[in-house]
Amino acid sequence: MPVRYWPMQNPIAQLRREVDRLLSGFADAVPGGGVLAGVLRGQPAVNVWETADALHVETEMAGVKTDQVDISVVGDQLTIKIERPDVSQEGVTYHRRERPVGTFTRVITLPTEVDADRVEASLCDGVLRIDLPKAEAARPRKIPVHVGK
Amino acid sequence: MANETITKTPAEQTVTAEETRSGLFYRPNVDILEKADELLVLADVPGASREGIDIHFEDGQLTIHAKAPRRHENVEFLVHEYGVGDYYRTFRVAETIDAANITAEYADGVLTLHLPKAPAVKPRKIPVKA
Repeated sequence: MPVRYWPMQNPIAQLRREVDRLLSGFADAVPGGGVLAGVLRGQPAVNVWETADALHVETEMAGVKTDQVDISVVGDQLTIKIERPDVSQEGVTYHRRERPVGTFTRVITLPTEVDADRVEASLCDGVLRIDLPKAEAARPRKIPVHVGK
Repeated sequence: MANETITKTPAEQTVTAEETRSGLFYRPNVDILEKADELLVLADVPGASREGIDIHFEDGQLTIHAKAPRRHENVEFLVHEYGVGDYYRTFRVAETIDAANITAEYADGVLTLHLPKAPAVKPRKIPVKA
């Protein structure tokens, strides 16, 4: 089997992504980092897995309605945009305020070509699942061997 | 001073029974708002099933336990940034809560708890008889 180089399977790239994501959480603690903080905090974490004929992307986003999610596929880039409106009320005391608000965008580079027209997404109990069927060219194909004459 | 009250403090050890919990638990992010007449708790528990949510209030201690069923078996992840598991979190609520009237709703992965405050005990003046 040929070894294919996929950015998603490269452990160094994975580690780097992970560290970037973790560090983005610290933007809150940086004085004056207010603009960054709102953008980076609460960036959705994703799980990606693969089956023979599709890629599957899943992300958890509690409290988000279907009209607050925007998904687009351009080439091998999947973009998930989530809007969490700030519903804070005046005149109430907050004892905890951990749930993120704001607009978050996550761009994922897909390891294979997908059929953008057949991408499906569903949202259930705060879990968004996107099914991306692989493009015909990226699917495994069984090649029959004929008996030579 | 005169405003000292005599109260019995329940012993911590006897109040909460230790639970034998297996597996990994996640701590849900929460917002806790205090309004004039109630405390509002919003907890993010994405993936939790409505039937698997267990809310417990006892002696000023609020416990949220939400079961989240596994969604993928035998899957090899290309990117794995979060795990799926039950949610568990406990709070000690300082305000006096009307425990009988606590209500909960669940929608879109968010658990909303309404904890109405108990009617405040009114100060009373006790006249001294001759």
